[in-house]
Amino acid sequence: MIPIAYNVRSVVQRPVSTALTALGVGLVVAVFIGMLALANGFSAALAKTGSKQNVIVLRKGADSELSSGLGRDIASIIAADPHVATGADGRPLVSPEVYVLIPLAKSFDTTQIANVVARGISDQAWQVRSNITITEGQKPTSGRAEVCVGSRLTTRFPHTGIGQTLHFAGRDWTVTCHFTAAGSAFESEIWGENEQFMPVFRGEVFQSITFRLKDPASFTEAQRALQADKRMTVDAHREADFYAQQSQLLGRILSFLAVMITAIMAVGAVFGAINTMYAAIASRAPEIGVLLTLGFRPWTVLVSFLAESAFIAVIGGFLGCLFSLPLNGIVTSTTNWSSFSEIAFSFRVTPFLLLIGLIFAVVMGVVGGFFPALRAARLQVVQALR
Amino acid sequence: MKYLSLVVANLKRHKLRSILTIASVALALFLFASLRSVTTTMAAAAQFGGARRLVTLNATGLVFPLPLAYGNRIKALPGVTGLSWANWFGGRYGDGKNFFANFAVDAQSYLDIYPEIILPADQKQAFLQDRTGAVIGERLVSQFGWKLGQDVTLQGTIFQGDWTFKIDGIYHPTDPAIGDNVLIFHHDYFDERIGRAGIAGWYIVQIDDPAHAPTVAKAIDDMFRNSSSPTKTGTEREFQASFATMWGNVSFLMSTIGLAVVFAILLVTANAMMMSARERTGEIAVLKTVGFSDGLLFALVMVEAGALALTGAAIGLGAAKILYPAINFNGAGFLPGFKVATSTLVIGALVAIGLMLASGLVPALRAARLPVIQALRKVE
Repeated sequence: MIPIAYNVRSVVQRPVSTALTALGVGLVVAVFIGMLALANGFSAALAKTGSKQNVIVLRKGADSELSSGLGRDIASIIAADPHVATGADGRPLVSPEVYVLIPLAKSFDTTQIANVVARGISDQAWQVRSNITITEGQKPTSGRAEVCVGSRLTTRFPHTGIGQTLHFAGRDWTVTCHFTAAGSAFESEIWGENEQFMPVFRGEVFQSITFRLKDPASFTEAQRALQADKRMTVDAHREADFYAQQSQLLGRILSFLAVMITAIMAVGAVFGAINTMYAAIASRAPEIGVLLTLGFRPWTVLVSFLAESAFIAVIGGFLGCLFSLPLNGIVTSTTNWSSFSEIAFSFRVTPFLLLIGLIFAVVMGVVGGFFPALRAARLQVVQALR
Repeated sequence: MKYLSLVVANLKRHKLRSILTIASVALALFLFASLRSVTTTMAAAAQFGGARRLVTLNATGLVFPLPLAYGNRIKALPGVTGLSWANWFGGRYGDGKNFFANFAVDAQSYLDIYPEIILPADQKQAFLQDRTGAVIGERLVSQFGWKLGQDVTLQGTIFQGDWTFKIDGIYHPTDPAIGDNVLIFHHDYFDERIGRAGIAGWYIVQIDDPAHAPTVAKAIDDMFRNSSSPTKTGTEREFQASFATMWGNVSFLMSTIGLAVVFAILLVTANAMMMSARERTGEIAVLKTVGFSDGLLFALVMVEAGALALTGAAIGLGAAKILYPAINFNGAGFLPGFKVATSTLVIGALVAIGLMLASGLVPALRAARLPVIQALRKVE
C-alpha cells in the first residue's frame, strides 16, 4: 500500500487549491445541514406540541382547529365521558378551548403583522398539557381580562412583558405570566380564559376540546365511543398525531427543498472536484509513473488517490459542520399554512445531522475522485515518466 | 477572429474537463436563478393590487366575518364607486391533498371590480344566471381534469356538508398574482345554505381616485369604530403584502442559500480552471517564442475562461427561464406567477463575468508575464 503520508503531503503541497476545494465542499455540507436543521426544528416544534396521552376533539370534517366549532353541550358530554382522566381535585381533565387568530404587530417592524394564536383555555388546561411551565408571574385569574404569553412571543412582539397591556379584540388584556412548553408550538400562543375569550371572539362556541385519557392505551376505544355518540358529530384525534399532521405540509416542503437544493449543489460540487482531481493527477503524472515503476500495483494507486480525494472532502465536511454549528438555536418564524398561524421555531443541528453531513462529504469526495483515480491507476509507465 | 480556432482547440483538448466545468457553472446558476426567483416572485405578489381597490377586514382578525349589512353603508360613502364582497369557503376536493383556494363572491360586482379575471362572455352569462354555478381558474382544469359543464363536489371544512357546483366558466388571470387555481361561486347561494347568517369575509371597495385611498379607508373605519365589528381598511396592496410577510424570513433564507450555493460551486470551478491553466506553462512559452505578444496571450487565456463561464451561465440561466414556464411551476400553489425575472438573468450574467475574472485573471497574467527562457527550461 502507498502510505497515506504520501497523500497528506501532496495535499499540503498545494494548500490554495486544497483549501478552495475543501471550502466549496464545506459550503455544500453547511447548506445541507442548515436546511435539514430547519426542517427538523419545524417538525420537532409541532411534533412536541401534542401529547400521546391527550385526545383533541374537533367538529367532524374540520381539518384544523380554526375550521372547527363545538357547542357547550358537547363540552359537557365529553367531560362526563368515562375515558377522561380526573385530576387531584376530582374534576375531569378537560379543556374546552377557544382558538382564534389575532393580528399582532412585530417589535422590529410594526408594519409587519403576524397572525398569532389566541387560545382560550379552561383552568384544567395547565394540567391536561403536562409540558407547560410558567416561567414568570402568576396564572391569569378567572373572570379577569388577563393573559399568559408564550415565551417565543415575548421577544418578537411589543407589550408582552409582565404587567404590560396587550390590546386585541377591542379590549385591553393584562399580561400576568410567561410560559414555556418544551419548545413546542404552544410557545407561540397567547393563552387566556375561555370564558373571557368567547364573548369577544366568536360567541358561545369552542373550537376544540382536549382531554387527558385515563388510560393512554384506550385511545381507539375512546375515539370510537365519541364518534359513535349520536348526540354530536365530532372527530377525535390523538393530540400528538393531530399536531404532527399539521406540520406535514410545511415540513414536507422544507425537506423537499433541502434535498432538491443540495442534490443540485452536490452534483455541481462533484463536477468541480472531478476537475480538480484530474488536474492534480495530470500535473503529477511523473510521480505516478515513479510509483508504478517502484512496484506499487495499479489498484493501490487507485485506492491512494481515492483516499486523497476523500481526505480533502472530509476536511470540507468538518468545515461545513463548523459553519453550520452557529445556526443551532437561531429562532426563525414562518406561517404554518395548515393552521394559518405564525409559529416560531429554532434550527436544530443534531449530532445525527452532523454525521450525515460528514458522510455526505465523504460520498462527494469518493464519487468525485473515482474517475480521476482510475485514470491515475491506468497510466502507462513509459508515457507517464516521459 | 483567426485566433478563435486556437481557443476552441484548447477547450477541446480536455473535452471532459470543459464539459464538467460548463456543467457545474450551469448548475450553480440554475440554482441561483431558481432561488432568487422565489424571492422576486414573493416580492411581486406583494406589489399586486389595483391602486383603486381597498380591502376592508374585521379589525379583530382575518378569520372573523363582517355583517353583510355593512355593504350598503360603505357604498354610500363619497369616493366609493364600486363594492364587492367575498367569503373564504375552505372546501376540500377528494382526499384534500391538493389544496386550492375557493371562496364565495358576489358574482356580478366581483367580476366588475376585477377586470384581471378574463372570462368568455357566454361563460360569464351562464355563471351569473346559475345560482349553484362556479367559475374556476385554468390551472384547476389541468390539476383535477375538470371540464366545463361538469359537476364538482367540495366537502366543507368550515361550512359542513357536501357542496356541489356546476362549472360554468374557466377564467384566465391577466395578473399572475390573482391566482389561476381558485374556484369562486355565488355568495348568495352560500349565504342561503348557511341559514342567511348575513356574513362577508371581506369587502373590496373600488374608489374614484387612488389619492383618496387614505381618506376613504379612514371614513370606513370611523363609521364602524363603535359597532360590534370594527373594521380595518387598507389598500389591496397592503393586504397582499401582509400575506407576503407571513412567510417570515423565508425569502432571506432563500437568498442566503442562493449566495452560498453560487459561492461554493464557483470556488471549486474557479480552482479547477486555474489548475488546468497552470499545466500549459510550456505551451505558452512556445507561443511567445513564435511571436505571440503578451497582450494577445492575456486575451486568449481570458477568452477561454470567459467561454467556459459564459456558456455555463447561458445554459443554466436559459434552462431556468425555459423550464419553469414549461412545467407551469407554481410551487404547489404557494408561488403563483413564479417567474425568472430579467434582473435575475442580469445578475446571473454578472456572476458569470465575475467567475471569468476570478478564474482567468491569475493564469492570464501569469501567461502574459511568463519569462520565456525560464518556462522553456522547465519543459525539457
